[in-house]
Amino acid sequence: MSASAPLSSPDYDPASEGLDPTSPTRQRFVKIVTVLTIPVILIIFIAAVQVSKDEDIPKLLQVVVALLLGVLGVWALYWAMDRSTNLLSQSRARRLRPWIFAGPAIVALTFYLVYPAVNTAWISLFNNTGESFVGLDNYVTILTESQYQTGIRNSILWVLVVPALSVAVGLIYAVMADRLNRRAETASKSLIFLPMAISFVGASVVWGFMYAFRPAAFGEQIGLFNGIVVALGFEPVNWLNIEPWNNAMLMFILVWLQTGFAMVILSSAIKGVPAELQEASRIDGATEWQTFRNITVPIISSTIVVVWTTVAITTWKVFDIVWVMTGGRNGTQVVAQQMVQEFFTFFRDGIGAALAVVLFIAVIPILVVNIRRFQAQEEMR
Amino acid sequence: MTSAPQNVSGEGRMPRKALLYAALSIITIVWVLPTLGLLVNSFRNPQEIRTSGWWTVIGGILDPNTWTLENYQTVLEGGFGNAWINTVVVAVPSVVIPLTIAAFAAYAFAWMNFPGRNILFLIVVGLMVVPLQMALIPILRIYTTLDLNGTFPAVWLAHTGFGLPLATYLLRNYMGSLPGEVMESARVDGASHWNIFTRIVLPLSVPVLASFAIFQFLWVWNDYLVALVFLGPDPRVAVLNVELAQLAGRGEGALNLLPAAAFVTMLLPLAVFFGLQRYFVRGLTAGSVKG
Repeated sequence: MSASAPLSSPDYDPASEGLDPTSPTRQRFVKIVTVLTIPVILIIFIAAVQVSKDEDIPKLLQVVVALLLGVLGVWALYWAMDRSTNLLSQSRARRLRPWIFAGPAIVALTFYLVYPAVNTAWISLFNNTGESFVGLDNYVTILTESQYQTGIRNSILWVLVVPALSVAVGLIYAVMADRLNRRAETASKSLIFLPMAISFVGASVVWGFMYAFRPAAFGEQIGLFNGIVVALGFEPVNWLNIEPWNNAMLMFILVWLQTGFAMVILSSAIKGVPAELQEASRIDGATEWQTFRNITVPIISSTIVVVWTTVAITTWKVFDIVWVMTGGRNGTQVVAQQMVQEFFTFFRDGIGAALAVVLFIAVIPILVVNIRRFQAQEEMR
Repeated sequence: MTSAPQNVSGEGRMPRKALLYAALSIITIVWVLPTLGLLVNSFRNPQEIRTSGWWTVIGGILDPNTWTLENYQTVLEGGFGNAWINTVVVAVPSVVIPLTIAAFAAYAFAWMNFPGRNILFLIVVGLMVVPLQMALIPILRIYTTLDLNGTFPAVWLAHTGFGLPLATYLLRNYMGSLPGEVMESARVDGASHWNIFTRIVLPLSVPVLASFAIFQFLWVWNDYLVALVFLGPDPRVAVLNVELAQLAGRGEGALNLLPAAAFVTMLLPLAVFFGLQRYFVRGLTAGSVKG
């Protein structure tokens, strides 16, 4: 990343662009029309929201209006704002224009991330109906009641297991695929990468048919694992019911989803390791494993850390898999799933908000490690 | 460009090669089999999906009676066709709006002068840390007050807010690395910021725009939480993943429809993914390795 400030040249301003300076009446007319564009676009937007709620309007029309509005509306808004800025004096326009360009992003981020984050922290200090201030009581509840303790314990287990397995399998696979010819490498890597395109809900359905269970007397097994177990002469197993191993079953779904990501990133890092270094190590008599362990891994270590933390953060926030597979029953609850459950199913806003804050705070150390690592790397350059 | 492992002695290469293929094959099979099984299941007769495992088709794989499109027909007529349209309506603006807003902001952060520019950019990058879950309760409350719940624009804007930090970060890094001389000479020729942005910077940024667009598209299409919270299960607006999760929650009764429904949900992302894999990978590596 180039952290240095980009060129800072004085902004040039063609304020008169698109106007006819010789005709004052026309100029005024253009001014009025341009300035009016902004409120008109906003009104159209609000009207479109109403349209999309109206059940009498045909679906197709709604779709077309929605798409046109969503795609063209934003561009029209920027265009109108930029044109309106042209009408100001040069020095004012120069000062205002950066805010026209960056402003919408800042407003959107303030509204959708900054304010909600602060507000959530505030809500977490009130009771579940939001009526009375309870201080840190919700956090005490989370740390002392066993159902939340189990959730936190499970989430920590997820973060310990899933990134480690994803990175390990991804790394092994990347190293091995590197030995294949180009075609076979591309094909085999695509197959591992494929689950990246599948939603967490879709993956839960996919794995539902792997873990499916029928009690012995209730017909044939339709889940692959129990099909194998029964064919080997054992009793079928209710995989998602046996604590604590059912957590491992769920974790593997995420490993299956994330390994492709780890593999692709690590693979491109491995390709960047100078071939001469590996060659020299082999000539010195090092085994494949020693070359891998002592040459390749140290060189790509920073990439491993980045991949690890990225997967860890995804894992920590995992919600869909648990929600769809078990609903958090049988000791499989995790923090992110409990947060949604408290808020939506039980309407306990205070606890829900406190769980969200727990999710947020726990991410910070992982990121600090990542940033430190990144800074060290920058300094080495 | 692969180089075969060169052992000094040269012996033991055959079993090692065999071991390599064996290990690769096992992992590949474990990774492909679940999806393959689901695909096979989606074309089987409803009654058979309920009563036997998908691997039992091997016996009658050439028998045309084994296969049917009935499940797909039922699923598409039973709400998934409609949900598919809803998902497109959610996804397209949820990609274009954050991409547009982030591109304008990235240009400002890279090539315009204003007080607080660097600190604001740092804050934007820092916001990547905030989990989605932190935003749900307050935004839902605001949407309830404004009566925006269950409308498409509500979801577009939510996805915009949540996608902006990463988009701004990626685009600003890319735009900042474009050659300054080009923009300098354009300014000397009297080009406005608007023209420099739309005629020079945007065309030059197509690779990173494409990468982020694919990334965000897959994210939005595969999202469940945001759609569940702000759109909900009302069939008029429900997206594919919300319908799919509901179907999965119905248990045994809907078992025969699940595989087909899952594939209807996965079809477009898989196509996008395989068609545009190169851009997607490039975006991922740019996001993770360099930053």
